[in-house]
Amino acid sequence: MTADFLLSLAQAITKGLLTGMVYGLMALGLSVIFGVMRVVNFAHGEIMVVGMYLAWMGFEYLQVSPMLSLPVIALIFFGAGYALQRVVISPFIGRPEHQQFLLLLAIAILLVNACLVVAGPDSRGVQMESQFDSYELGPFVFDAVRAHAALTAVVIAGLLWLFFTRTRTGKSIRAAADNNLGALVVGLDVRRLYAFTFGVGAACVGAAGALMITIIPVTPFLAAEYTLLAFVIVIVGGLGSMTGALAGGLLIGVSEAVAGLLLQPSLKSMVSFGILILVLLLRPQGLFGKSST
Amino acid sequence: MTGRKTFTRRRLGQSALAGAALLGAPLPLREAFAQGAPANLKVGLLLPTSGLQAQIGQACRRGADVANDVFADMKLPVKLEIVNYDTETKPDVARTQAEKAIDAGCHILVGAFDSGQTIAIAQVCEQRGVPLVVNIAAAPQITEQGYKFVVRNFPTAPMLITGALSLHKEIFKISGKTPKTAVLMSVNDTFGTAMINGIKALFPKLDMPYELVDTISYDVAAKDLSVEVAKAKATKAELLLPVSRLNDAKLLVQEMVKQRWEPMGVLNPGAPGLYEQDFLKTMGKYGEYMISNVPWLDPKSAMTQALEKRHAAKFPNDQLDLNGGFTFEGVLIAAQAWLAAKSTKPGDLMEALRKIKIDQHVMVGGPIQFDSKGQNVNIKATAVENLKRKPTVVLPLESAAAPLVFPMPPWNDKRRT
Repeated sequence: MTADFLLSLAQAITKGLLTGMVYGLMALGLSVIFGVMRVVNFAHGEIMVVGMYLAWMGFEYLQVSPMLSLPVIALIFFGAGYALQRVVISPFIGRPEHQQFLLLLAIAILLVNACLVVAGPDSRGVQMESQFDSYELGPFVFDAVRAHAALTAVVIAGLLWLFFTRTRTGKSIRAAADNNLGALVVGLDVRRLYAFTFGVGAACVGAAGALMITIIPVTPFLAAEYTLLAFVIVIVGGLGSMTGALAGGLLIGVSEAVAGLLLQPSLKSMVSFGILILVLLLRPQGLFGKSST
Repeated sequence: MTGRKTFTRRRLGQSALAGAALLGAPLPLREAFAQGAPANLKVGLLLPTSGLQAQIGQACRRGADVANDVFADMKLPVKLEIVNYDTETKPDVARTQAEKAIDAGCHILVGAFDSGQTIAIAQVCEQRGVPLVVNIAAAPQITEQGYKFVVRNFPTAPMLITGALSLHKEIFKISGKTPKTAVLMSVNDTFGTAMINGIKALFPKLDMPYELVDTISYDVAAKDLSVEVAKAKATKAELLLPVSRLNDAKLLVQEMVKQRWEPMGVLNPGAPGLYEQDFLKTMGKYGEYMISNVPWLDPKSAMTQALEKRHAAKFPNDQLDLNGGFTFEGVLIAAQAWLAAKSTKPGDLMEALRKIKIDQHVMVGGPIQFDSKGQNVNIKATAVENLKRKPTVVLPLESAAAPLVFPMPPWNDKRRT
């Protein structure tokens, strides 16, 4: 192997890690919601696409960088997620899974069509001078936008970890996730905790959307692709596991980047789905998931 | 009152009988009834005005939108009814829209920018016996499948490639700099695949001075080309030949700047992307000095000048490029065919298209004429370089509006402002 090839490989792995961190943040929202409520959010990609559009609108009409609009978007998504859970999703908890699936699919279709009505079918992206920037470290060249997005994703994931391990509400949510009946017996308001969890999950996805718009342009039809990607990540990492979601994001990000380098770039998605099949065969609960037995 | 008509049971019976006879008549007879009266030519314009290729589709449409005004300026005694149909950048939608256009009474179709969508429309036109004038689509099979109702006023991929690669040699000769290696990066749609196959087939025959060290293909809907560009950079090629569309062209250059890859030049061998307004606007100084070897508007033609004037008046914020130019010519061909045929019947229009010879038009090249396969073989390639945020003809020298700049200045060079 030549030095040039090794350098290209190292560059690809670095790029995969940076993208994987944003993927991880996106999947984190899905994992948190499932881990606590046992509801699979099939509108996940659509919620992220709405976040991308909000960040784009902030940039286009108010000249606010997506990085600056991120906290506002996360807050809006928290509120919207909380309300959505209380009003629409809550009655479906405990109902057959196919009913939950249809409900969330309907929400997904509504969101995509709302995006089409508001922004049209064309690709929308933010054009900032920083999108041409990169950092040089010896022979390595880092994409500045990806590095900023990855760093922000790590900070958000850290804050989320602090929330779940250090705050009373976070601990209550974990308690309700571990033993729903026990939580009810000790007097926890499980319905409110569920709504809070959905809000937190939506805020994560909204934040990931604000970061993602700095990397790629958005169209309404992107949503299904990202729902699928989030599912691949959380299934590989372990459904319901926060660590699994982050690790799955990194694994998929790196595998896509390396596959693009070693194989034809247009075949890179094949590798992530190959990993998914392998994990489902060898460790169905995912790399960090708990076995149901 | 003598002139007064009353509606009697007998009249009702007669009307019903006449209606039944018309409905029961064979299809050709019904068409004859419908087309017996002199009518305007109804042109169905099929373009991807939404979806991935929306911006290019809209640029095409602008050329057609001013066509009637330009015809009036050029004293062409014709006014067309142009009906727009959006193919949504999808071949299946293109097919449905073509059927819809024909059902709505369009006498001739023009479109559809993209080879995949055009092939879908061509099949419908062939089945229904309605002429299709292809404005832009390079896949060779469009005029190689023996279609009887299709003509194409755009070079095939081999024609584009031969013209482009011949101009490459001229670029190196004039600049005195010849790269030794090149990497080909291409979208993997119908057009991109046709171009790659064409380049690989023609490359040995054209005795090119550089070696093709790698071919990298990617999805037309790619949202990130960092891996592809890293792979291309690793080849250390001195020249990049991109077969791109608009969105991927932007991603490509963005990644080249980020990864600090500075080849001697970016020479587009006959594809869209690099010369388009949105590319120039969003890439800013990084879009400068890229060269597209494509057919272009002839600035010396009176009709081009009329088209530029009307386009600038109606769309002051939009650039007129080859998309608008070829689509305008598509409508012009339909108009001239109608004038020659003096009929809106599909068969007559097609017969006129086969014999047509249009000397006054807008794109660089000889008169518009179609060979036995329906292909216009008189279109010429040019070298269009992005200079001062505008695609500018630099070759052939007799049409050049500015001198050629090659090799391309580095990304942070002072000449890029």
